[in-house]
Amino acid sequence: MSETTHEGAVAVNSPPSSDQGLSPAALAEKYGLTVSGARPSLPDYVRQLWERRHFILAFSRAKLHAQYSQAKLGQVWQVLTPLLNAAVFFFIFGILMGGRGGMENDEYIPFLVTGVFVWTFTQQSVMTGVRAISGNLGLVRALHFPRASLPISFSLQQLQQLLYSMTVLAAILIGFQHYPTRLWPLIIPVLALQLVFNVGLALMMARLGAQTPDLSQLMPFLLRTWMYASGVIFPLEYMLEKHDDIPAWVTDVLLANPISVYLELMRYALIDGPHHQHLDGHVWLLAVGWAVVAGIGGFVFFWKAEERYGRG
Amino acid sequence: MAVAEKSSDAKSAAAAARSDADRWVPTVIAEELHIVYRVNGGPRGKGSATAALSRMVRRGGEKGVRKVHAVRGVTFTAYRGEAIGLIGSNGSGKSTLLKAVAGLIPAERGKVYTDGQPSLLGVNAALMNDLTGERNVILGGLAMGMSREQIRERYQGIVDFSGINEKGDFITLPMRTYSSGMAARLRFSIAAAKDHDVLMIDEALATGDKKFQKRSEARIRELRKEAGTVFLVSHNNKSIRDTCDRVLWLEHGELRLDGPTDEVLKEYEKFTGK
Repeated sequence: MSETTHEGAVAVNSPPSSDQGLSPAALAEKYGLTVSGARPSLPDYVRQLWERRHFILAFSRAKLHAQYSQAKLGQVWQVLTPLLNAAVFFFIFGILMGGRGGMENDEYIPFLVTGVFVWTFTQQSVMTGVRAISGNLGLVRALHFPRASLPISFSLQQLQQLLYSMTVLAAILIGFQHYPTRLWPLIIPVLALQLVFNVGLALMMARLGAQTPDLSQLMPFLLRTWMYASGVIFPLEYMLEKHDDIPAWVTDVLLANPISVYLELMRYALIDGPHHQHLDGHVWLLAVGWAVVAGIGGFVFFWKAEERYGRG
Repeated sequence: MAVAEKSSDAKSAAAAARSDADRWVPTVIAEELHIVYRVNGGPRGKGSATAALSRMVRRGGEKGVRKVHAVRGVTFTAYRGEAIGLIGSNGSGKSTLLKAVAGLIPAERGKVYTDGQPSLLGVNAALMNDLTGERNVILGGLAMGMSREQIRERYQGIVDFSGINEKGDFITLPMRTYSSGMAARLRFSIAAAKDHDVLMIDEALATGDKKFQKRSEARIRELRKEAGTVFLVSHNNKSIRDTCDRVLWLEHGELRLDGPTDEVLKEYEKFTGK
């Protein structure tokens, strides 16, 4: 008799008598077995995520690259898409509707393009975030990794997309004679804060979207409302001044909302026009505040359901 | 790397298993395990909007969700050094059970205890058809938790094993241009490149032409030697007989039989009318 068959025959007979009476849980404890798929502690979770940083980055770049790989123009679309977007908005809101609040074209166009690009960054992070788990169930059910990798990866993909758009924006700015000033480097901290905010929001939406996939149907409407209430395509102050029946607190809330805040900072840093000379110090505070609240809140909220992702 | 430590650990433990004292070290314990899938929009017959609406109104909290009870109260203990086959007709819950043991699908009730992190041999979901084979090797490796260095070391091995480049420089083309056989070979090669503690193999992976099947069977045997415990899902009774010393037979999500390969297979063959 060969050794393996002999072992096999013994293996299914019976375990040692000392283990016989033990319940599964007691047996597991005796041999140091842990519950499969249990949620790690928050510090462990952060460490696991850090170990997966290469995957997160590679995944986001792969997604970005795959997006236009079938198009003839290929990666040129990375730049072309935001450019066309800006052109459409300019045609409708700049020429047809004229909602520019006294800005000349050479200030309004950079204003508009900055607004659209910065808004798209958050909008797309939210949209991809909602589907980050529910749209990738195959991946979640096949491999082990901290699930937060997915929404974070998608937000990073949007950041890379935005960096392409920023080159378009720089060209437009220079074309309208807004030459680089000492304020331009400010966009780096602004983008960093907005990224943290977006990641937090994407994590939050990912958990909600995993439980209720219907959210991805609902989100476009909520997001559009948010966009019009944030002064993306027309100056918010100008719109609010026209309606003096709006209570002051509504104005304050709209101006303090994260998109208005990040937009104001970005425009202050980039646009050198009469409407963008002044910035209140509290805007920076709001920008940091939103990033911290959404970032930490979203992360903890997502982590709390870690072990439940993957159920259809 | 933790992975390397674990696998050498498992190897020495497998050797030690021959001495009587250490033989009964459990690696996977499943206790009264229930898995339930919830399917939206899959209720009987009518998928129209009015039907969905009336379901929401009628059933309140359920909101038109249909439940599929895929695994019903399965209990077993797997020990180190065992190779366990999973058999049963299509849809009996074999793959679901494997995914639950791996901790990839949360249990409705019951628990699975494991030693280390069991992993499913499969990486398909992480790969992207629009990327080149080259980038997919890297992406797949990272998705399985390999480090960049490990991937760099094994890259050539993976490509050679897949045989993708035998007919020209295909590894630098997008995966969507591959034939289905080529793509399957590359997927298997990536998945099999990593060492595992508790390894679970779904037979559907062994694809490709005869030559490649031989090569992948040899690789699976190699992986078996390195891993502490192996689970194998298969409809091929011969491959179960060749590799496994214990068999779990699932039917309708319930564990029908659990025992030595020969005994269980005899019953199973009687059941399927062979």
